[in-house]
Amino acid sequence: MRALGIQKSPMPGFALGMGITMTMLSLIVVLPVGALLAQGAGYGLENVWTTVNTPRVWAALYLSFRLAFFAALFNLAFGTLLAWVLARYDFPGRRLVDAFVDLPFALPTAVAGIALTALYAPNGVFGGIARELGGKIAYTQWGILVALIFVGLPFVTRTVQPVIAEIEQEVEEASATLGAERFYTLRRVILPMLLPAALTGFALSLARAVGEYGSVIFIAGNLPLKTEIAPLLIVIKLEEFDYDGAAAIGIAMLLISFSMLLAINLIQIWSRRRIGHV
Amino acid sequence: MSDGTQTLPAKWRPVTEESRPVRIALIAAALAGLAVLVLAPLVVVFAEALARGAAEAVASLVQPDARAAVKLTLLVAAVAVPVNAVFGIAAAWTITKFDFRGKAFLITLIDLPFSISPVVAGLALVLLFGTNSLVGGWLVASGFPIIFALPGIVLATIFVTFPFVARELIPVMIEQGRAEEEAALTLGASGWRAFLTVTLPNIKWALLYGVLLCNARAMGEFGAVAVVSGKIRGQTATMPITIEMMYNEYLSVAAFSLAAVLALLGLLTLALKTVLEWRHADQLAASRRH
Repeated sequence: MRALGIQKSPMPGFALGMGITMTMLSLIVVLPVGALLAQGAGYGLENVWTTVNTPRVWAALYLSFRLAFFAALFNLAFGTLLAWVLARYDFPGRRLVDAFVDLPFALPTAVAGIALTALYAPNGVFGGIARELGGKIAYTQWGILVALIFVGLPFVTRTVQPVIAEIEQEVEEASATLGAERFYTLRRVILPMLLPAALTGFALSLARAVGEYGSVIFIAGNLPLKTEIAPLLIVIKLEEFDYDGAAAIGIAMLLISFSMLLAINLIQIWSRRRIGHV
Repeated sequence: MSDGTQTLPAKWRPVTEESRPVRIALIAAALAGLAVLVLAPLVVVFAEALARGAAEAVASLVQPDARAAVKLTLLVAAVAVPVNAVFGIAAAWTITKFDFRGKAFLITLIDLPFSISPVVAGLALVLLFGTNSLVGGWLVASGFPIIFALPGIVLATIFVTFPFVARELIPVMIEQGRAEEEAALTLGASGWRAFLTVTLPNIKWALLYGVLLCNARAMGEFGAVAVVSGKIRGQTATMPITIEMMYNEYLSVAAFSLAAVLALLGLLTLALKTVLEWRHADQLAASRRH
């Protein structure tokens, strides 16, 4: 026990708790992810690179990442607005709306996928409007963007809203007393306080959107090089029994996820240093 | 100056508020955005399900494929959710009641499934337990296949819902500290007794909250399950997988009826979650404030 750095504790259940935790963690997370990395290692680094370094895979990775970024950017702006409205203004049904914001988390992705497709397909309600205007949403990159906005919508609101609620109004009063216009106060006083939380929400929304599959495949059209997302390529490789190829793309996606996880942690460390809490 | 409000000009407003037109515009923009982005997809699920009348929607739900899917989804959730609850409690207990090296790393590992694409999770399970792997080959030979069978679906579901309960419990248990358990132990209670009569009542609402979210995700998981299930009709097709198969076969009413059942489940989850947040906010504490 001492060797593991465990302090003596009167609390019982360490062995049992740690045992369950480690067993589950190994079986569910560590061993499968290890198997993925081992498959890549067995395939060889060079082969992994050759598989990833093809126009179709690059196009899919670039598409997934780019659209996830734009969706997260939209959610950053709209999510912050939503958080502000919910935290600061009172209007009839505010609590109901507040609860409703989490619907994208509660609605299964496949359900969201077919619902969005029905809405934005050329014969759907919004798709019909787009067709009138000479545009197309479903089965194009716009459709993917819509789906990614949907699945990531609550993240920014849920990270920013508590921070707004905690802002002390004295700060705003001080700013106003010193002659600042309301908009100037919002831009130069409030916004910097919300930034770390908003960025965390942005990163969470981005990470979710990059790996998203269920809500996207119905609306995407899935045309190679155009509307084919990275997770779909893995599914295609698996259907062809190309386990090495699937593992190569899987490892590439894993690397993207890990770098984003790292980014989230850096944002949080940075903001903790700057304002003392997240 | 004793009654300040009377001396204020008619258009007075606090300096910490936006003007009324701005406020109304912002509220309208937020509500309109939510209506288009979130409410419309929800409404369309029910509209499409009822497109040819309620009778046909109900009829599509009682046909064998749909019934098998509902049964399988309930079974998967019935295994995956309790397993996750036990894991979540064990992990939270270990992390919050003891000090040991590598705790931050352990928490990162527990959170890992949230940042891995469900499809990659499914792929990882296929590579570990599929027929062409060492373990999987042996398991299939011994008549216990995991991939394209129930155990694979359960494992995939546990993977994607892995952090839910632990994440909910850890902040609450950190906030509650160890003093109450230590007092119980000092007074002679056994470890189990201290857990059951002191810890559990303190964390029950947070536990319920985590289980609720875990269950919603478990019943709705698509990507990871799609990869490991093999999509065998009536056998390994969960509700979301069956929705996909029906949709691809242009069985719109059937697909949307099954989707409506899952959407209702989502709404129920949302309602229960909201009630918990309103009634027991103090005991959900940290994780909701974060």
